Amino acid sequence: MAINITVLICLALAALWAVMTRSLLRAAIGLALTSAILTILMFRLDSPVAGVFELSVCSGLISVIFISTISLTHPMTKTQIVQHMKDRLSRFWYLPVVVVIAGIALSLAHVKINIKIPAPEEVKDARYALWYLRHADLIGQIMMLLAGVFGVVLLFKETKKK
Amino acid sequence: MSCLLILIPLATIIILNLPLYRLMNKAVFWAGCALCLAQVYSVVFLPKDFWNAPLGYLALFFKFNLAVDSLTVLMLLTIGIIVFISILLARHFFTEEDKRFNFINLLIVILAAMNGVVLVKDIFSMYVFIEVTAVSSFILIAYNKRRDAFEAVFKYIILSAFATILMLTSIALILLISGDASFAAIKIALATSPHSKLVLFAVSLFLAGVFIKGGVVPFHGWVADAYRAAPRIVSVLLAGIVTKTVGVYSLIRVAGSVFDINGPVGGVIMFLGAASIIVGALEAMEQNHFKNMLAYSSISQVGYILLSFGCGTPLGIAGAVFHLFNHAIFKSLLFVNSAVLEEKTGTQFMNRLGGLAQKLPITGATSILGSLSTAGIPPLAGFWSKLIIILALWSSGHYVYAVIAVLASILTLAYMLIMQRRIFFGTLKEGFENLTEAGFWILLPTLILAAIVVGGGLFFPYFLNNFILPVGNILK
Repeated sequence: MAINITVLICLALAALWAVMTRSLLRAAIGLALTSAILTILMFRLDSPVAGVFELSVCSGLISVIFISTISLTHPMTKTQIVQHMKDRLSRFWYLPVVVVIAGIALSLAHVKINIKIPAPEEVKDARYALWYLRHADLIGQIMMLLAGVFGVVLLFKETKKK
Repeated sequence: MSCLLILIPLATIIILNLPLYRLMNKAVFWAGCALCLAQVYSVVFLPKDFWNAPLGYLALFFKFNLAVDSLTVLMLLTIGIIVFISILLARHFFTEEDKRFNFINLLIVILAAMNGVVLVKDIFSMYVFIEVTAVSSFILIAYNKRRDAFEAVFKYIILSAFATILMLTSIALILLISGDASFAAIKIALATSPHSKLVLFAVSLFLAGVFIKGGVVPFHGWVADAYRAAPRIVSVLLAGIVTKTVGVYSLIRVAGSVFDINGPVGGVIMFLGAASIIVGALEAMEQNHFKNMLAYSSISQVGYILLSFGCGTPLGIAGAVFHLFNHAIFKSLLFVNSAVLEEKTGTQFMNRLGGLAQKLPITGATSILGSLSTAGIPPLAGFWSKLIIILALWSSGHYVYAVIAVLASILTLAYMLIMQRRIFFGTLKEGFENLTEAGFWILLPTLILAAIVVGGGLFFPYFLNNFILPVGNILK
């Protein structure tokens, strides 16, 4: 339990760094780090298949796509950097306030969630469910990939020519 | 057999992208048209039993859990018509074959995705196809790479991401408790599970997500920007069918399959519908930009659909679905007219236009038909759907909402007439003396949509008995 809480804290810190850093490249690396830590959590919660997907897709493939896209952008000017450094903390001043108030409200409300999850009739591997029971979702995933490919071609092809 | 409506477009994309560039560049337009026309023909003339028949040999490879009922038939018809119109417009607006090729491929993806949304019977698969439609929409809105288009799509992405979080959270909760994501299982879980309140919370989250996707008040902030900044063809697609499918249809299907609409859920939907009607109509009155006005008008008309659906009677549900179809047609017609105006005059600001009916007679005439149908003037199609809605509200005892619907129709007529007066009537403004009517590939979709607007009104009994009334009974 202590290890899970430590991993969750590391996850939150990595996500915070990804959001707060002023460099897009560091933000993409922060996202990859967050996904990698989430993978550890998934392995600890006995979901190795989900962990593998998280590591390969979110931490790997998505980071490659992000970094490729970032390579097509221009860096900020010095004036923009100075303004961004001034703004980035003041924009999120309300977040710690919301977290503290929510924590106080939840502790006062004595919320108890008592869900007994019914045991499945038959234990099936996630791979079985994906490849044999969810064909419609697989087709949807293929269509998502096609949409992404055409999106890249429509939005980026001219830039390369320029 | 209904999975063919997803598999055949997918196979078409694969074949079109074989390395036979010149042939495929020429074939893509005809392939897209053939797909859409085949879909329209087959859903009108083939019986529902055909679509629900087993796959035969294909069942060895594909196991889909899809179903076709009267609501699905009407949605498939609407999707086929609007995507067909968009492909015709692409022929006109894209002169470069490469761009047209990629654009029409993306339209075919969106056709297959929307078919998937209306065919599936479980909430997770619906979510997957909704997201495919949304991602394709993001790309289409941004494809002309203008700054305002990027800003609009950014707003849409952020709100859509929030809707996605709500939907996924709800799906996770539903799967946790019921172990199954199908609509039938959720309905049983709501009725019998000891955690039915949690299931109710989960479904409410899903509905909040589709409210955002559908641009229902108070989640309508992205609609005007997206419709205004999107390229002309994309505005037709977005306003005509995308928001109707991922937002309004999803709401009708999920809420109708899972809840008793006559309960408090119906009340919430009716309230949001009335708010959308009023806010949309009032905002549309004060717009000077034609596409902005049409965007707020869309929000208002979606409110009519929600209002009718929320009253929960078979007549109300039938009216909602009929108005969904009508709105897709007449709003697409008006956006096609706006595309002509933008192409010919270079502006969408109504105070800079005037007297254009002299130079654009067909555009002007079809615009009048679209406007009058929106306002619910007989004998056009929009009159009948609004009449059914008002009758449904009155007969179910929702007198206040019926009065709101009638008064908002008067507001609709007002802003539509103002628009007509400012753009098409009066003295021709300077600089427009040499204008000519739009080309064949943009007039053809205009005339097709106008014919449906008129035909839907004149042949109303046929539509009522074969498409509309059967829908009202299936969700009860």
